[in-house]
Amino acid sequence: MRLVRLASEIDFDGWRRAARALRTACVPPEDVVWTVDGEGDLFAAGEPAPEAGAPAFTAPRDFVELAQNAILHRSDERLALMYRVLWRLGTEPCLMRIVTDPDVARLRELAKNVDKAAHKMKAFVRFRLVSDPDQPETYAAWFEPAHRVTEKVAPFFARRFANMRFSILTPDVCVHWDGERLGVSPGADPADAPARDSLEDYWRTYYASIFNPARLNVAQMQKEMPKRYWRNLPEARLIPELIEAAENRTAAMVAQPPSEPTRRIVRQAARVSRDATFDATVPTTLDEVRGGVQVCRRCELYRDATQGVAGEGAKSARLMLVGEQPGDQEDLEGQPFVGPAGKVLDRALEAAGIPREETFVTNAVKHFRHELRGKRRLHKTPDASHVAACRWWLDAERAIVRPRVIVALGATAALSVFGRPMPIGKTRQQALQLPDQAQGVVTYHPSYLLRVPDADAKAKALALFVEDLKFAWKLAG
Amino acid sequence: MAVLDLKRKLTILSDAAKHDASCASSGGEKRNSLGGRGVGSTEGMGICHAYAPDGRCISLLKILLTNFCIYDCAYCVNRVSSNTPRARFSVEEVVDLTLGFYKRNYIEGLFLSSGIIQSADYTMEALVRVARTLRQAHDFRGYIHLKLIPEASPELVAEAGLWADRVSINIELPRDESLAALAPEKDLSGIKRSMGKVRLAIDEAGAPARKAAAPRYAPAGQSTQMIVGADEASDGEILARSATLYGAYGLRRVYYSAFSPIPDAAAALPPTRPPLMREHRLYQADWLMRFYGFEREEIAGPGENLDLAVDPKLAWALRNRAAFPVDLNAADRERLLRVPGLGVKSVDKLIEVRRYKRLRLEDVKRAAPSLEKLKPFIVVEDWTPGGLTDRADLRARLSPPPEQLSLF
Repeated sequence: MRLVRLASEIDFDGWRRAARALRTACVPPEDVVWTVDGEGDLFAAGEPAPEAGAPAFTAPRDFVELAQNAILHRSDERLALMYRVLWRLGTEPCLMRIVTDPDVARLRELAKNVDKAAHKMKAFVRFRLVSDPDQPETYAAWFEPAHRVTEKVAPFFARRFANMRFSILTPDVCVHWDGERLGVSPGADPADAPARDSLEDYWRTYYASIFNPARLNVAQMQKEMPKRYWRNLPEARLIPELIEAAENRTAAMVAQPPSEPTRRIVRQAARVSRDATFDATVPTTLDEVRGGVQVCRRCELYRDATQGVAGEGAKSARLMLVGEQPGDQEDLEGQPFVGPAGKVLDRALEAAGIPREETFVTNAVKHFRHELRGKRRLHKTPDASHVAACRWWLDAERAIVRPRVIVALGATAALSVFGRPMPIGKTRQQALQLPDQAQGVVTYHPSYLLRVPDADAKAKALALFVEDLKFAWKLAG
Repeated sequence: MAVLDLKRKLTILSDAAKHDASCASSGGEKRNSLGGRGVGSTEGMGICHAYAPDGRCISLLKILLTNFCIYDCAYCVNRVSSNTPRARFSVEEVVDLTLGFYKRNYIEGLFLSSGIIQSADYTMEALVRVARTLRQAHDFRGYIHLKLIPEASPELVAEAGLWADRVSINIELPRDESLAALAPEKDLSGIKRSMGKVRLAIDEAGAPARKAAAPRYAPAGQSTQMIVGADEASDGEILARSATLYGAYGLRRVYYSAFSPIPDAAAALPPTRPPLMREHRLYQADWLMRFYGFEREEIAGPGENLDLAVDPKLAWALRNRAAFPVDLNAADRERLLRVPGLGVKSVDKLIEVRRYKRLRLEDVKRAAPSLEKLKPFIVVEDWTPGGLTDRADLRARLSPPPEQLSLF
């Protein structure tokens, strides 16, 4: 039997030295007794552990990290369990990966409990102001951690309250922050911490008010805030009375007769609903179009879209460019052609020598039609019914701007502008007479250019597109 | 008007804030007060400093700046037509309470919202002033969540994102028509436009800087809340709306809030007990869509409601028994995630372990907490469910006993 004495309950370095020497000396786990200085001398007769020599092996990092945590657990089995796993690692190098192995699972469980205790300490420490007018603002807390995590958690409090002086007193150990460094002193007594704080009454007021009695769920509360912590939480003493009153408070709210709104409110509501009514007369200004598409319910696309995107540009532009519909970016920003296809259009306009600000840019359909693929919104071509419903707005824009030439970008735009499907390849580079005195031109949609796979074909398509724009611009003279 | 003392104001203005479900203090940037003048840190993981007897986490000081409001939303205790007592904090009072609570380690930070007074900009400006004072005058580095007023000017919305870790705008109700009926002054398209702007600002701030870095904007993202049970919308409709919102605005979370009785309820919306189990099932379904690879249609069709007695994953498995049992030693991750009783963590553990050994029931037991629920759906080295998977009474065997449903 080998006897190991550690300097303290959380003496990981001591454990590591001893464990290294024991394994190097091939001492199996069942022959080792682990104790901590100051504990009973039950095994005083045991043979001392061997002195550490040069380590003959390495332990995987995930074992070391797990063990550093597990040693903080209050259970007595931890030191032997840690050594047993280290021992087994000699013949089972992948042991740490087999998380369902009984020893590994238990070690992980201990470490997890320690992590949880550390987290709860971050949550449940309650500082009280130390009333000493001669001292700078100083706080102190009495806390009883579930495991020996005080020194592990102390740096968290130092980072959080770097410019505040504080002490955390526990039965195991006390830590102190003076604004520059953390100090440690032996365990203390609850009486060493301040007995009250003037803000605790406000905190209890908040705790009682934020509680919703109609959602009473005591089990859930106790799962997250176990009773063992309650005696050091100033708010916890309210819990019994809040629980007791909850059912009556809820029943009273459900039973009460609804209150009648005042006449003033009823009148105001009537006024608001009248003002918000959408007036279906034909818009005569671009501002009316912009306002109108916001409240448009002519088809269902408004439901899943952010906003209607009206056309933009020169009020009496000679050239109007009509695209298909706003994309993801346009939907969020509320402007046409500001996304990837917009960038292509801008480049093409520049190459064709057309200043965008002298044109009017709009879409056949004003809301973004899409489908969800996971969390992403993917473009979906609008149906003929959407195009038909939205022609109301495009026709209004055409009537207001009165362009000489309208360029339909892609098949959807062509359907809207001409009222029938147009084969793009066959009709491009032609001036087509439209009923409202304007000439129509058909070309590709810029997003088609984005989808052309190989670079050569892409360059060719872009050249054709620029050619078409030049043709239209010349026509608009 | 009588002058209210601070404690009375705190009572009124926290009571008025409790119907907002969000209390998250997670995500966002890591920072602490070392080298600063004040207090505060955020280290990624949220901390719940207390739990109320409703089982909800108390992480932030969640209050309204004022519960005076010019709107008349039927579901809201603060609507203009309600006879609830009114109060208003000064900016300094909120700042002092936040810092006082924070220094005593009661909270992670502040979640500030407000009724609409005078105008949207007036209200938003006051909210922003609280956040600016905390950050600039006191170098406060804790968490701040600001509610955005959708109609507020873009400059104020931009400044809110500069000081806040998270911003949110509540979509309130799953159906457009319900919002028009129950909250006549709220403008849905305005709400959506603001969410769109927030997403663009967050995307821009997060994009790898090319020339000048974009201004900081709400590093912990944006969220929203939908009230469940105040209108007739089905669970399928609610989940469809959530999916749309996640997709369009990159939300971190959609919170579901069971419509809860309020003192002095409106005639349009009589008080009832909150549908807590329904809310719970919606969260489970939301999780399945976001982390388990389920499509919304697989969980609930447009007019369908979720099964209250069993969780949505088990309900799906019971409807699709041909997909089971799943061999845990062979199936890919996507299939494992669809086994009822296996969470993401359990699945990852099993996948790791089976690289080294054949999985047996004892392994599964140590990796997943609910073995009995799992057994009809899995095959491992020493277990096959035989006819168990197809038994007619399987649903009854796996449903929790009725008394656990007394949660309403």
